Amino acid sequence: MVGTRVERLVREKPWLQEGTGELRRRGRFRSATGTAFAVATLAVAASLAGCQGPQSTLHVAGREAGEMASLLWLLVWAAGVIWILVLGTAVYATGISRGPVDDRVANVMILAGGVFLPTLVLGGLVTWTVWTMSGLRVPDEQGLRVAVSGEQWWWRVAYEGPDGNPVASANEIRLPAGETVTLELSSPDVIHSFWIPSIAGKMDMIPGRVNELVLEPTKPGIYRGVCAEYCGTSHALMAFSVVVMEPDAFAAWLAEEARPASASSAHEGLALFLENGCGACHAIRGTEADGRVGPDLTHVASRKSLGAGILPVTQAALEEWITHTREVKPDARMPPYDMLPEAEIATIAGYLASLK
Amino acid sequence: MKVDQEAIARHNRQQDDPALRKAQEERLMKAWETPTGWRYWSAVNNSEVGLWYTATAFAFMLFAGVLALIVRAQLAVPENDLVSAEFFNQAFTLHGTAMMFLFAVPIFEAVAILLLPQMLGARDLPFPRLSAFGYWSFLIGGVFVLGSIFFNAAPQGGWFMYPPLTTDTRQSGIGADIWLLGLSFIEVAAIAAAVELIVGVLKCRPPGMRINLTPLYGWYVLVVGVMILFAFPPLIAGDILFEFERMLDWPFFDPARGGDPLLWQHLFWIFGHPEVYIIFLPAIALVAMIVPTFAQRPIFGYSWIVLAAIGTGFISFGLWVHHMFTTGLPQISLGFFSAASEAVAIPTGVQIFAFLAALLAGRVVYSVPMLFVTGALAIFVIGGLTGVMVAIAPFDWQAHDTYFVVAHLHYVLIGGMLFPVVAGLYYFYPMVAGKMLSPRLGRTAFWMMFVGFNVGFFPMHFVGMWGMPRRVFTYPAGFGWELPNMLSTIGAFVFATGFLFVVWDTLRPKGRQPYAPRNVWNAGTLEWLAEVPDKPWGVRSIPFVQSRYPLWDQKNFMRDYDEGRFFLPDAHEVRRETLVTSIIDAEPIQCLRVPGPTFKTFWAAMFTGGVFVFSTFHMWTAAVVSGVLALCAILAWLWTGTALVPEKEEKDIGLGMTAPLYMSGPRSVGWWAMFITMLGDMSAFFSLIFGYFFYWTVHPDFPPAGAGADAPGWFLLGAGLLLASWLATTTARRVLSAGNEAAFPMLIVAAILAAAGGTAALIHAPAAAGLDPTADVYPATVWVLVIWTAVHAGAGIVMQLYCLARFAARRLTATYDIDIWNVALFWHFVAVTVAVTTATVVGFPHVGGGG
Repeated sequence: MVGTRVERLVREKPWLQEGTGELRRRGRFRSATGTAFAVATLAVAASLAGCQGPQSTLHVAGREAGEMASLLWLLVWAAGVIWILVLGTAVYATGISRGPVDDRVANVMILAGGVFLPTLVLGGLVTWTVWTMSGLRVPDEQGLRVAVSGEQWWWRVAYEGPDGNPVASANEIRLPAGETVTLELSSPDVIHSFWIPSIAGKMDMIPGRVNELVLEPTKPGIYRGVCAEYCGTSHALMAFSVVVMEPDAFAAWLAEEARPASASSAHEGLALFLENGCGACHAIRGTEADGRVGPDLTHVASRKSLGAGILPVTQAALEEWITHTREVKPDARMPPYDMLPEAEIATIAGYLASLK
Repeated sequence: MKVDQEAIARHNRQQDDPALRKAQEERLMKAWETPTGWRYWSAVNNSEVGLWYTATAFAFMLFAGVLALIVRAQLAVPENDLVSAEFFNQAFTLHGTAMMFLFAVPIFEAVAILLLPQMLGARDLPFPRLSAFGYWSFLIGGVFVLGSIFFNAAPQGGWFMYPPLTTDTRQSGIGADIWLLGLSFIEVAAIAAAVELIVGVLKCRPPGMRINLTPLYGWYVLVVGVMILFAFPPLIAGDILFEFERMLDWPFFDPARGGDPLLWQHLFWIFGHPEVYIIFLPAIALVAMIVPTFAQRPIFGYSWIVLAAIGTGFISFGLWVHHMFTTGLPQISLGFFSAASEAVAIPTGVQIFAFLAALLAGRVVYSVPMLFVTGALAIFVIGGLTGVMVAIAPFDWQAHDTYFVVAHLHYVLIGGMLFPVVAGLYYFYPMVAGKMLSPRLGRTAFWMMFVGFNVGFFPMHFVGMWGMPRRVFTYPAGFGWELPNMLSTIGAFVFATGFLFVVWDTLRPKGRQPYAPRNVWNAGTLEWLAEVPDKPWGVRSIPFVQSRYPLWDQKNFMRDYDEGRFFLPDAHEVRRETLVTSIIDAEPIQCLRVPGPTFKTFWAAMFTGGVFVFSTFHMWTAAVVSGVLALCAILAWLWTGTALVPEKEEKDIGLGMTAPLYMSGPRSVGWWAMFITMLGDMSAFFSLIFGYFFYWTVHPDFPPAGAGADAPGWFLLGAGLLLASWLATTTARRVLSAGNEAAFPMLIVAAILAAAGGTAALIHAPAAAGLDPTADVYPATVWVLVIWTAVHAGAGIVMQLYCLARFAARRLTATYDIDIWNVALFWHFVAVTVAVTTATVVGFPHVGGGG
C-alpha cells in the first residue's frame, strides 16, 4: 500500500522523485544489509556449532581453555551489544535525527558514552582479569614435569620418568587427565611458541630462558598442538600430537616409553640405519644409535604423527620422509636420502615402523 | 595583538586598487612559480612535495596490497603450492613492513605536508627543503626495500624481525640488512617530517589563531609529531644494536654471550605500539575535519577531543608489553599492562562520541566522504572491541599469534586508517586537484570495499579461535579452516577490486570535467580558501583569524582574503615569504623567508641513501665516498639556504605592522627545529641506556665484577674535554651576542680542539680498559654508548667548523647569529649525552655492579 502511495505522490509531484528515489534506495540498502547480516550470523552460528577441530580453542580439554572459551562468548555478546549501540547512535545521528540538539545533551552523550560507560565496563573487565589470572597457571610442586624444547622445526620432549631419569621422546605430548603438569619450555635456536589450543594458552620458547607453562588437561582424547611464533621457513609445518590419557593409562604408557626399543636388534633395517649414519643424529635406545641432533626414534611407530605433526606414521609416509625430506618440509636440517636404493629405504622404513 | 584601526583603513584603501592587486599577484606568482620541465623535480614547495609524497605512499600501498593478494591466493585452499614457503614468508614480511613503514606512517606525513600549511593559512612549511629531503629519502628507501623481492632477497623474518632468527646470517641473509638499513633511513625521514610539522603547527599559524583556535587537524599533527619523536628513536636504537650484531658480531641478542633476544622485543614494541596510534590519530584528524563540514556545524567538545588525543598519545607509550603477554613475564606486569591497554579505549571512545554528538546536532549531508566515515566507524569499532578482548592477558594467551589477531589488527587499521584516508581523499581531492571525484564510482568503491573487507576479514576471527596460527604458508585440511579461508580470499579480492575503483577515479583523465566550485562542501576552515584551480602561492594573503571556522563566522572573509586585505598581500622583493607567529597567541613575530627550488636536497638524499644501500652490501669504500658526498650536499644546502642575511632588518607585513626578517634563538623556527630534533635524539640515546639497565635486570652480575671501572682515566679525560668544548661553545655564543667578535673565533677553535681531543680519548677508553665487544654483552654495551657519544661529538665538531667558516664569510655575525645559537643548543644535548654515558659506564659499576 505504502508503495502505491509513494508512486502516486511522485506522479503528482514529480519534483519529489529524486528524493524518494534516494529514500527507496536507502531503504533497500538497509534491508539488504540487514538480511545479509542475519544470514551471515546464522551461517556463522551454524558452522561454529559444527566446527570443533582437534586444534580449536573451543574444543575444550583443559581448565584454562575452558575458562577462556566461556569468556569468549561473554565478550562476543557484550561486544555485539556495544557495537549495535554505537552504530545505532551513528545511524540515528546521521540519518534520522533532525533539528538542533541541546549542548547539554551532547555533553552528556560524550561523557556517558566516552568516559562513564567504558570506565565501568573496562574496570570490571580488568578486575576480573587480575582475579582470574591469579587462579590460572598455579604449578603443582608434586605434579609431573616435562621439558619441551622447540627446535627448527620439531619438538624435543623429555618426561620426568618413574625412576627420576628423563625419558626422551619427540613431537608428541602425552598428559594425564585431571592432573597439573608443569612444562619447562626452552629453545636452542630461535623463538618458538608452544600452544595446545584445546588445553591452554600459549607460551614462548626463548633461547637463553626457560619458561614454565602449567597445563591442567581435563578430558582424555587426541588433540593437536602447534608452534605459534613464526620461526623460519617451515614454521607452518611444526605441530605435534597431544594425547590426554586417564592417569593410570598414562603411568603405564610412561613406563613403556621409558623402555628401550622393542624391535629386534637383528633387524636388517637397523643395520642399514646405522650404516648410513642415521645414528649420528637420531637415538634409538637399546641400539648403537645415540645421536642427539634430531628426534629420538625409540618408539617412533607408537606416535600419532611423523615429521612434527604433518604425516601419518605409515610405511609409505616414512619412505616419503626419508627420501623427500625437504619437499615435505622446506629447509629441514635432515638431508634427503633419495640416493639410497628403494629396497634399502623400504627396509629402513619397515624397521622404523616396527618401533612401537 | 595591537590593532591600529587607522593602519587597517590605510591598508584597505590601498588594496581597493585593482591594478595594484594585479601587480601584487604577479609578483607572488613569480616568487612561488613551480619550476617546469625536468626542473619540476627540484620543487620543494609543500603542495608539490606533499603530492609526490601522497602518490608514492599510495603506490607502495598498492604494491603491498598485491603481496597480500598473493598471500591470500596461497591460503585459499589447504596444502596449496602456488608459491614456495620462502616466497610466502618474504611476501607476508614485506606486506606488513611496507604497509606500516611505507604507507601508514608516511601517508600521515604526506597528507600533513600537503594540507597543513593550507589549514593554517601559511604559504609553506618553515623548512620546505627538509620536506623535500624527507620525500626523496622515503622514495629511495622504499624502492630499495620493496625492490628486494624481485631478487629473492627480501627480508623474511616477519615485520617484527625477532632475533635470533634474524641475527642468524645463515637464515636471514641480506634481506634482514635491507630491512634494518632501508627502514632506518626512512625512520630518519619520518623524524625530519615530524620536526617540520611540529614547528609548523607551533609557529606558522596565522595571526589571531590562538592555540585554542587551531583546527583539530593541527592538534592531531602536533600530538602525532611528538609521538614520532619518542617512538621511532627506540627502534633506531634497536636497529643500531641489531646491525652491530649482524655486521660486527656484537652479542646484544645472543644469549650464549649474555645478550637477550627480549631486549629487541621491548625496543621494537616501545616503537610498535605507539606506532598504531601514530597511524590512527592522523586518520581521525581527517574525520575531525570532515564531520563538522557534513554536519554543517562546529565540532562538539573541541577541548574534549584535544585532551583525548593527547591522552591517547600518552597512554599509547604504556602498552607495549601487551604484544609480549606470552613471553613469560611475571603476572603482576601482565595485569598492569592489561589495565593500561584497556584504558586507552577511553580517550578513543571520547573522540568517537564527540563526533557522533556533532553529527547528532547537525544536519547531515550524505556524500561519499561521509559514507567512508560511517564505514570506518562500523569497522573500527569492531577492531576496538576485539582489542579490548586481546588486552585481557589470559585471553591473549589463546588469541596471540593467531588469525584472530590478524582480523583484529586489520579491523583497526583499515577501519581506523584506510577508510578515513579514502574519505579524506574524496573530501580534499577537489581542493587539491580542482575537480570532483565521481560520487557514483565512490559509492561503488565503498560498497565493494566494505563488503569485501568484512567477507575477507570477519571469518578470520573464527579461524583464529579454531586454532589457526598466523604466518603459515600452508595449513592442513580437516580442521574446519577451509571455508573461512576461502571466504577470506574471495573477500580480499573483492576489497582490492573496490580499491581499484578509487585508484581509477583518482587517476582517470578529467580534462573535460568542469572545475569544482570553490569550497565545494561549504566547509568552515582555512584550507577551503584555495582557489580553483589552485595558485602556487599557497594563500593570497595570510588571514587574520578569530574563529575556529572563519569561513563560516568571519564576515566577508573570503573577499578580504582574495583582495589581499590581510597580511603579506605582496612579495615586493619577489621572495618566498610566510609569517612566523608566537606559540600561544599567534602574534606575528617574524616574516620568514623560505627557500625555493633546489636539487641540493635531492642529492643530499641520494648520497645519504647511498650510505645505507652500500653498507647493506658491505661496499665500505663506496659507502664512505657516498657519506662524504652526502655531507658536502647537506653543507651546501645549509650554507646557501639557511640563516640568510637579509638585505634589511624588517619589512612591512600589511595592516600597519612590520616584522623582522631575521630571528635567532628561542624565537626562531630553526632553534625549535634543533630542539625538537634533539628530543628525538635523546630518546634514541635513552633507549640505549635502557638496554644497559635491561641487561642489569636480567643478569645477576652486570656489569661483571671490576669491568670498566678499572681504567676510568681515559673516560674521565674524554668526558672532561667534551664538557670543556661545550662550555667554550656556549660561551662563544654569549660573547658573540654581546658583540665581542674578536673572542668568538678563538673560543670556537678552542672548542674544536677540546672536542677532537675528547672524542679521541673517549674512543680510546674502552680499548684501554681491554673491553672486547665481541666477547660479551657488557663490553659491547659500553662500546655502543661510547660510539654513540663520539659520533655526536664528531657531528658537533663539524658544526663548530661550520660556524667558524660562516664567521669568516661574514654570514655569522653578532647580529645574525642563528648558526651559533643552534650549534650551542646541539652542544647542550651533547653535554647531557657525555654526562649520562660517563655516569653509566664509569659510575654505575661502583654502585650497581655485580661480583
